[in-house]
Formats: sequence, C-alpha cells, structure tokens
Amino acid sequence: MLRINELKEKAFGPRIPREIVFRDRFRFILPTLLMLIAAVVLFISTFFPYWRMEMDAPQYPRGLEMTVFVNRVEGDVQEVDTLNHYIGMRPLSEAGELERSLAVIAIGSLVLLIVSAIFIHNPCALLLTWPVLLYPAIFLADLWYWMQNFGMNLDESAPLSSIIEPFVPPLIGEGKIAQFTTYASWESGFWMSMSASVLIALGIFFHRRAYKPLLDEAKAVQQSSSGDQ
Amino acid sequence: MNGSDIDGLTLTGSKRSLLTVSSIMALVLLIALVGCTSDEDPTATPSSSSNGSGSQVASGVSAIAAERGLTEADIEAAVKTYVPSGGRDEYIQFASGGHSGQMLVIGLPSMRLLKVVGVYTPEPWQGWAVGDASSTSHILDDGNLDDGTDLSWGDTHHPALSETAGDYDGEWAFINEKANGRIAVIDLRDFETKQIIKNPLSMSNHGATMVTPDTEWVIEGGQFPAPLDGSYAAIEDYEEKYRGVLTMWKFDRSTGRINYDESFAIETPPYWQDLCDAGKLTSAGLIFCGSFNSEMATGGIEDGNPPLEAGISQADMDYLHIFDIKKMTDAVAAGKTDLINGFPVISLETAATEGILHFAPEPKSPHGADVTPDGEFVVVSGKLDPHVTVYSVPKIKAAIAAGATEHDVFGVGILDFDTVVEVQVEVGLGPLHTQFDNQGYAYTSLFLDSAVARWTLGGSFSDLHSEPDWELITKTPVHYNIGHLATAEGDTVSPDGKYLVAMNKWSIDRFNVVGPLLPQNFQLLDISEGGETMPVIYDSPIGVGEPHYAQIIKADKLNAWEVYPEVGWNPETMSLDPRAVAPGEEGVTRDGNNVTVKSTLIRSHFTPERVRVKVGDHVTWDLTNLETAFDATHGFALPGQNINLSLEPGEHQTIEFDVTDEGVFTFYCTEFCSALHLEMAGFFLVAPN
Repeated sequence: MLRINELKEKAFGPRIPREIVFRDRFRFILPTLLMLIAAVVLFISTFFPYWRMEMDAPQYPRGLEMTVFVNRVEGDVQEVDTLNHYIGMRPLSEAGELERSLAVIAIGSLVLLIVSAIFIHNPCALLLTWPVLLYPAIFLADLWYWMQNFGMNLDESAPLSSIIEPFVPPLIGEGKIAQFTTYASWESGFWMSMSASVLIALGIFFHRRAYKPLLDEAKAVQQSSSGDQ
Repeated sequence: MNGSDIDGLTLTGSKRSLLTVSSIMALVLLIALVGCTSDEDPTATPSSSSNGSGSQVASGVSAIAAERGLTEADIEAAVKTYVPSGGRDEYIQFASGGHSGQMLVIGLPSMRLLKVVGVYTPEPWQGWAVGDASSTSHILDDGNLDDGTDLSWGDTHHPALSETAGDYDGEWAFINEKANGRIAVIDLRDFETKQIIKNPLSMSNHGATMVTPDTEWVIEGGQFPAPLDGSYAAIEDYEEKYRGVLTMWKFDRSTGRINYDESFAIETPPYWQDLCDAGKLTSAGLIFCGSFNSEMATGGIEDGNPPLEAGISQADMDYLHIFDIKKMTDAVAAGKTDLINGFPVISLETAATEGILHFAPEPKSPHGADVTPDGEFVVVSGKLDPHVTVYSVPKIKAAIAAGATEHDVFGVGILDFDTVVEVQVEVGLGPLHTQFDNQGYAYTSLFLDSAVARWTLGGSFSDLHSEPDWELITKTPVHYNIGHLATAEGDTVSPDGKYLVAMNKWSIDRFNVVGPLLPQNFQLLDISEGGETMPVIYDSPIGVGEPHYAQIIKADKLNAWEVYPEVGWNPETMSLDPRAVAPGEEGVTRDGNNVTVKSTLIRSHFTPERVRVKVGDHVTWDLTNLETAFDATHGFALPGQNINLSLEPGEHQTIEFDVTDEGVFTFYCTEFCSALHLEMAGFFLVAPN
C-alpha cells in the first residue's frame, strides 16, 4: 500500500496537503485554470481558419481566396487548381494529405497532454506541454514545407512553364505571381493556437511556482528519512 | 460641308448657352466631388489626378460640350443616363425582338443591350436550338407545325413577366409569337427558354402574352379568325365558319411549365381580337381584350370589294371583350367544352349563354385595353379616335349584373356604352397603348401625332397629382411613329414611374444610315418630374427585327444565377443531369454501332481530345463543363455536324447524331475562355466503315 502511494507520488508529483489547499487556494487554481483555458482554446481552434491567401487579378474583380483549416482547405480551390495547372502545379488536395487526416486526432492528443499536465505536479508537466508550445511553429513549418514543395516542383511540360519560374509564396504578407497579387494572413485559428502556447507557458510558470515548494519539501523529507535509515 | 464648318456654326450659335452650361456643370461636379469625399472607398474618387477646383473640371466639360455641340439639356440627359464603367442599371427592360424571334434584355437608364435571349430562332451564342443534334432543339421543335414543318423564325410581340399579387416577381417571362401562334416560357434564373407551345386552334396570335395577377393563367388571344380545327372554309362563309379564339394556358410554377392538359380555350366571334389585359385587385377575375373588325370585312380588293384596311374601319364602334375567368373555369369543370384538335374549347354559344363573354362598345380600331394600377378602370385607345376611353370596372360589373339588353349576331350581350364609360379624354391622334406611373398620371402613345401624351387619372389617383382629373397635361414628341410604350413596372399594381420607353417604329433620320432597312428607335423619357416636364433623354437603335412591346422591372427583383448551382446541371430540367460526366469518367465506349462519348471541359482542354468513330456510327456525346467560376463558359463547335453548344459553368448537354461522312473534324471551344483558348480543341476522327 505504501509502495503504491510512493509510486504515485513519483509519477504525479506530491499531492497537496489539505491545509495548504484551504489556505492558498489561488496558488493552485491559477496554473490549472490557465492550462485548462489553453486546452479549450486549442480545441476550439480546430473549427477556425489558420491561414488565408487572397489573390487579386484584373479578371477576378472579386478576388480569389483560399482558407486553410487544420483539416481542410476551403474557398476557390477548384479555380486555383484550374489556374495552377497552367503552370504545372499539382492540385492542392495533394498537399499535406497526411497532416490534414491526422490533424484533429493530433490536436485532441495535445489537449489530452495539457489536461494530464494539470494532474502532474512535477517537472514532467513541462515535458508534456512542450509539443503544445511548439505547435504553432510546427504548423507554419509544415505549411511552408508544402508551399515550397509545390511551388518549386512545377511540371516542366505545363503550358506556361516557360513564363513562370518556380516560386514560394510568402507565409504572411504580399506576394506576386504572374498577374496575381497575393496577400497571405494568419487567421483566428492560428492566433488561438498561439494564445494557447502563451497560456501554457504562463501555466507552466505558475505550475512550477505552486508545486516547487511542495516538491522541495518532499525531497527534503525523503532525504531526511533516507538519512534516518 | 466639312467638320470645322459645323464646329464654327455651333460655337457662334451657342456662346451664351455655353456660359450657362459651364456654370451648371461646375455645380454638378462640385456636388459630385462633395459626394465622393464622403465616400470611404478611395477607388470611387475618379478625378484625383485632375486635383483641381470644380470650375477647372467644369471648363473641361464645357470645352467638350462646345466641341461636340451639346446643349445644356443634352448634358443633363447624358448625366441622367450615363452608367459609369462597372456600374449597374437600375431597371431591366424585357423587350420583344420582333421578327428576330428573340427577346431583348436592356438595362435602363443606360439603354445598353445586355442579352438577346434565343426563343423562336436558333441562337448560336447560347447554342440555342442550333442543329438537330442539339439537346435544346427539341424545345423549339415542340412548337413546330403539325406536319413537322420546322419553324426557324418567329414574330415576337408581347413579353409578360410573371406576377405575384399583381406585381412583377422576376421569376418567369413569357412571350408570344404572332405568325404561328406560339407561346414561350423563359426561366429568369438562367434567362433560357424552357418551353414553346404551338396553339392547337389558332395559326396566329396577337393578344398575348398577358398574365393574371398571380400568374395562374397566361392569356393568348388569337388575331386572324379561321376555322378552329384548321380545315378549309370558303371566305364567303366567314361569319358562319371563321372564328376567333382566346386560349387560357395554365402555368405551373413548381414545374416551370405551362400545363397543356389543364389549359382550355374559348371560341369568339370572327372579330379580330387584339391585345388583352388581366384585371387586378378589384377587377381581378376579369380579362379585357380589344377587338377590331366588328364589320367582319374580308377584303377582296381584287373583286372590287373595299380593301381590308377600309372595310375593317367602317363602323364607329368595335367591341371590348370582357371575359369572366370564374365562369370559364366553372364551365370547363362542368364539362361544357368541345374537343377541337383534342383541345377543350368553350363554344361561342356557351360563352354567350353562361355570361362568360360580354361586349362593351369601344371606339373604332382600338389597340390595347389597359387596366389602371388600382384595377378600377380600363383604358382603351381607339387608333382612329383622338380619345382614350376610360371604362369603370364597377359600372361594367353592375351592367353585367343588370343583364345586357342588346346582343350581337352571335348572341353575346352588349353592354350600353354610356352606362359603362367613366370618361373620354382627348389626348391626340392615333392613341395606341397606355401605361401608368406612381404620380397619378397615365401615358398614352400617339402613333399619328408621333408623341407620348401624359394625362391625369381620376378616382383613387386624384390625390396623387395637383391637376384636374382626366385631363391632358403635356405631349412629348418622339421619333417616330410610336407603337407601344412602357413605364417602369407600369402595368402592375404599383408602378414606379421614373422612366418611360417609347418604342418607335421608324427612326428615319435619327441614326447613321445603314442601308434602306433602318433600326427601330427605343427612346427613353424621364417622367420623374411630373407636370409638363417629360424630356427624351436617350435614343437607342434596335438593330434586330421590329420590337413591339416591353416590360420594365426593377433590377433588384431579378435573382439570376451567376453559375449553375451544381456541376453537371441540365438547364432544361433545372436539375443535376443523370448523364453528367465527372472528372475521371471521360472516355469513348462502343456498343455495336452506338458510340458514347463522355467529355469534360475545363480551361483549357477537352477530355478526351481524340474521338475515333466510323461512318455509320450513331454518336451520343455527353459534355459537362466542370467550371464553377463566374463567366467561365466554354463553347463546343463540331464542324461537319452543324453543332455549336454553349456550356456555361456547370452546364451539361447531350447531343446525338449519325455519322455519315468520313474525314477529320476538329472540334474546338467557341468562347474565348482563357489565354490558351485557341489550344482548346480536339479531333473527331471519322474512319471509313
């Protein structure tokens, strides 16, 4: 029995003594709350667009647009594909197929990692939240990977391949491809994932501040008890 | 005379008016500039480069005006009608294309031609009924004569827009074809003709098309009487055997088609029935049709008879026909019909005895019976009488209830003229057609005076204008020989006023001479001001057929599609075509002599591009335009087979033909779809058998 408790403590970190919870509730609620909000925000972000590109050209007075979600691309995809075939770019549906199919599961896992970090009161919590902290950067890196993969690997037998040099459209801001001016922007879903990262960072900071004393205390007790033996 | 002479003359003649013009333009531009500065859209400020004061700009305008010899009124008209690049028109006019057989769609106030909708004549741009192989040809062929004779032209006269509660709803248009007695249904979602019906009883029509206030019925009045079963009868037996006919076509909104089986006709005397109008509001349920030739003249100039034109114009009065829809449908429901050519017809005798038809005398040779917006009055214009005659609908109803004391030779009750007439207003020579505005005025076209008359209405309209009731206010000369006129929504329960289009038959000296056949002239009048002000503000040549009548609808009532709702759409059924070809399904398959080609089109290629067949094959070719982008239409021309299709974004078409000649035929896209449009082609390779 004692052994199980010990193992539990080792894995999840020290439990909070009742008297401290009543005396200093806010200290423990704050990191929990921050991380919980981060988890919710991250989850909600899957329903919102992450990235958007608007394309303006003389013969498109309403412009064209593509909106990227974690699991799909919406907007004038067919028209963009129709235009892209002239320059030998592969259909957009072939980009990031694996990522899009796994995205919701992956984000679900990230959410679970955050939730578990809440219950782990030792430095392992930080380890669990690293993927969440890095997630926005991973998203951008993947987006860039596919853009350069598609933009740099144009079919040389395409009708307009002699006119258009391989290119990589910017991840954010203005670009120019043939008669199109492109405007790329990070959208609400992406900003949510960024906020989740910030919240996690804060959460981990307060998490450490809440549990470090308990950890140190436990360590001291352990040392003294081992010294006794 | 050379150009500088003209300029010199204009300059000296108009120096003073130029000063006025420039100061007015300065004011106009100042107002325009003030308007622009309050606009947040930077692209809406057109004169940022001039960067000067109003007077500087105005001096530029006045210089142009001086150079072109434009008056102050010209500039005002230009400002009223000009729609800037990219701007939209406020109203859309649906006009008959006359004997082009088509329907014209024109924007107001710019008077720009937006579309010529293919109806009774094959129209290559829309691929409408081009060649026997085309899937739209059968719609046109449905209107062919009984013996199968192909009709490849039409004489369109009177378009009618569908109505809900007496107001245009922008969903459907109908248009008649006079020469062969046909009616067409056009869907205003895609502006394409969906149905053409040949009248089984009448070779011709003129009093068509008019709709009842909720478009349950499309009214088709015949014009030239003849035996209704299409048989021969000696002209000497005119009174006995020749008959006119009014056909009531049942329109079904859910199918978007006229329901032939629920339609019927009414036999009428061999007077030449003319234009009709359906009653509205208080007069709903009645139909009013003018007629001429109560004399039953049959011409015979070569036999020493008076010519038709004189014989028909002898009597002082013709008969306004008043039909009761309820009594008609009751008679049909009671089985009081005879089948002629398989079509139910209420006999003239039944029409007379059941009170379905009554007559009211009307001044000779009328053209048009027009119901006022409140439904209370019917305005009849007798071409050969300088008056418009205004009938009171309540008085007509009372007279019918009281019973007619006189009857014509066919037993139809004739109401007493003085009992049913409200008033006669002298408007001028050759009154033809009347429409209305929102200020209590009526407008009547005057053919002989070549003018538009504005006159005041009485009754419920009395409060809308300041002048006395039933009085001529002003006349504006038009150029020349006006037939119909149309005001904005002018035959509905709520006319808009604002614009009037005079549909002039002759243009004589109004345009550059383009040979001895001259265009007609649609003239736009500004009727917004009321009183005596009613200027002509635009001349618009119509270089097809002779357009007759038009209706003008507020543009925002139309909800036309930009592209078809789904890829693989069949415009005839207005649903997804089960034969639609999806990407990856393309190919050529053979089953004996039957070859099926499944093609897709997308910028800038056909799939497949090589279609191999043999002489003697029967080809069924499915073509689906995969495009979903605004304006990404592809054509499909197949030389050697008389085929040209218009495949609009999402559209599917199926064509079928027998291959008779060997050779190499290059099919290609006929719409300039892209930079690689010329490359959008393929080979139809016909090998000898």
